[in-house]
Amino acid sequence: MTGGDGSSAGEVSGGRQPAIRVRGLWKYFDHFPAIRGLDLELESGRFLTVFGPNGAGKTTLIRVLSTQIGPTQGEVEVGGCALPGQADRLRRRVGVISHNTYLYPNLTANENLTFFGRMYRVPDLDDRITALLEEVGLSGRRDDLVRTYSRGMQQRLSIARALLHDPDIMFLDEPYTGLDQHASRMLRDVLKTLHTGERTLVLTTHNLEQGLEMCDEVAIQVRGRLVFRENVATLDKAGFEQTYFDHVGKDFRWDS
Amino acid sequence: MGFLSQAWVIARKDIIGELRTRETVLSMLLFGFLVILIFNFGIEPGLREENLVKPGVLWAAFTFAGILGLNRSFIAEKENDCLQGLLLCPVDRSVIYLGKFFGNSIFTLSMGLVVFLFFSVLYNVDLLQVALPLGLILVLATIGFAAVGTLFSAVSVGLKSRDVILSILLFPVMVPVVLAAAKSSGRILDGDPLSSAGLWLALLVVYDVIFLTVAIMLFDYAVEE
Amino acid sequence: MTTVSPGSTAQPDATAAVADGGAGGGVTTAAAAPLPEPGRTLWLDILGVVAILSVLVALYGAIIWAPTEAVMGHVQRIFYFHMPSAWVALGPAFTIVFICSIVYLVKKDLRYDRIAGASAELGVLFTTITLLTGPLWAKPIWGAYWTWDPRLTTTLVLWFIYVAYLMLRSSITEGHSRARLSAVFGIVGWIDVPIVFMSIRWWRTIHPTLVTGEGMNLDSSMEAVLMLSLAAITLLYVYLLIVRVRQLDMGSRLDRLRQLSHLR
Repeated sequence: MTGGDGSSAGEVSGGRQPAIRVRGLWKYFDHFPAIRGLDLELESGRFLTVFGPNGAGKTTLIRVLSTQIGPTQGEVEVGGCALPGQADRLRRRVGVISHNTYLYPNLTANENLTFFGRMYRVPDLDDRITALLEEVGLSGRRDDLVRTYSRGMQQRLSIARALLHDPDIMFLDEPYTGLDQHASRMLRDVLKTLHTGERTLVLTTHNLEQGLEMCDEVAIQVRGRLVFRENVATLDKAGFEQTYFDHVGKDFRWDS
Repeated sequence: MGFLSQAWVIARKDIIGELRTRETVLSMLLFGFLVILIFNFGIEPGLREENLVKPGVLWAAFTFAGILGLNRSFIAEKENDCLQGLLLCPVDRSVIYLGKFFGNSIFTLSMGLVVFLFFSVLYNVDLLQVALPLGLILVLATIGFAAVGTLFSAVSVGLKSRDVILSILLFPVMVPVVLAAAKSSGRILDGDPLSSAGLWLALLVVYDVIFLTVAIMLFDYAVEE
Repeated sequence: MTTVSPGSTAQPDATAAVADGGAGGGVTTAAAAPLPEPGRTLWLDILGVVAILSVLVALYGAIIWAPTEAVMGHVQRIFYFHMPSAWVALGPAFTIVFICSIVYLVKKDLRYDRIAGASAELGVLFTTITLLTGPLWAKPIWGAYWTWDPRLTTTLVLWFIYVAYLMLRSSITEGHSRARLSAVFGIVGWIDVPIVFMSIRWWRTIHPTLVTGEGMNLDSSMEAVLMLSLAAITLLYVYLLIVRVRQLDMGSRLDRLRQLSHLR
């Protein structure tokens, strides 16, 4: 990896340059360090799942990486853009799916997607919307108000919204929250299609089963740090639950 | 050019949502009417000083009703955390500010027009004679009101007591606008030409320019974490 | 790829951890800047003594030494504290809020936010003194507690702006959010002040006032007392500001230590 060249040129080549590089990241809320000296490197095109209990700082990490909040301290580079300085350049290439849908309830699906599509200056927007609604199975509800959607449908529409501008880096922050089994399954199917090898994905969850399913790499985040990192190919999946609880359990008393 | 068209996309989104629910403008209107009605009970009909009080009533109604709309402006963005989605968009923060400012201006202006109409009927104002100068004052006052109001709305949206805080923040800062608008429209209602209110109109223009500029510069800090 | 031991992520050294939780831009040195040591310092005590003594001397000058004003009589003596209070609030106190707000937004150092907050508190205090002493003086002279004189009215609007500023601060708990949002308001509020003053002056000129505050004849000893009072009140402001900022620094330090004790 040629760190200096890659970051300064910032070009998007097909090489295995890291999509995410974080060194010594700290994020304070008041005097509370939600992230405490976190290091992370992820090759582009890989799918990383970050596991962790509530309060581990997973959402904070995603928000820093997706330009929503600035780091207190440390180096953060996503897609060759240093944050927070080059956030403007990065935003065009990042898609975020969170447990909040970012959808306007008083607008229809079509109006929501048209709005976000125009903000991203997506070309041939109408065709793009048609294709995406097809993909997430909402073609028939195109002109219905988002307010009338079920939670699962809103989440699927939220995926369409995040994909509008075809981002090459995607962050999925607890996307399964509040979904029933059927909706989770549909979401999972859509997520599978996103993992093409071209796109870098980071998913956070505290659900081991859902998280392990599609990813290439796993990490465990506890108290604002990544305490475990492994490639799924070499991971002892059966023993992972024990590994997870070993790491989380150590810090359980901090968790309340 | 692209700058303004992107801002317009945001304003348009707000307008479409508003046209659908009509929540904001209708509640603003009703509130404006009520303010006029309540104030009216404090004024002795046919009193010689009635003409001095009337513009005050009009602009009190405008301000109180206007703040209702501002309150909703960013609350709508809080549902489903839309503001985060908006901030993720690859546009400059000033574009987001301008978009919200356009939307707020349009809502406030529509409210103002109808409140004016209501006012002119109640107080027997010959609207044809004063429509143009009053309209100009309304536009200038709306710009100043929405310029500062949009910024403060963003400042207060994350707070628990945001409605009260927004009023407390906005009213004292709005003093020059309310004063200039009330004084200049008082002149117009007295039958004086627009030029007699030149000083006040100039004040409104200066206020608009200064605070639109300041708000564009500061909006980034009001929303960035 | 195996387990990463927690030790491999750089453990923060004690100073960095105790440092201000969040100088932006990843500037380590700024984040690690030590806070002033707790406890008293001699120079501050001396400043306090000087400030209080000079206020006492100014009181003596205003109440006993200065000659009685020919027209207004004894009540005019309140002027020696009314005017300096107004000066401290409108001059240094609110201007420091404005300047420190800008500096905070640029540097993201909470120290400046604490200075702005402390200065606003003192500004509101002195504006309140101005607004209370004004009517006491005005009643016997003008025959009314309040007139919509431009200066009075501007002071009242100012009081509302900075009370709003303090209310905004008190309704936000997270340090950097509070600093950021109140800085935005602190800047807008200060820029608004001259416009408020102009608008109210035009308003009152168009409908001329019946009474004005002008026309007071100060002889040289009265002027001397006024200057002394000005210096004394300004000194008092400076002393109180430093004490308050140190209090806030200390409070922030305490919060941080408390937080650390939870984390360790």
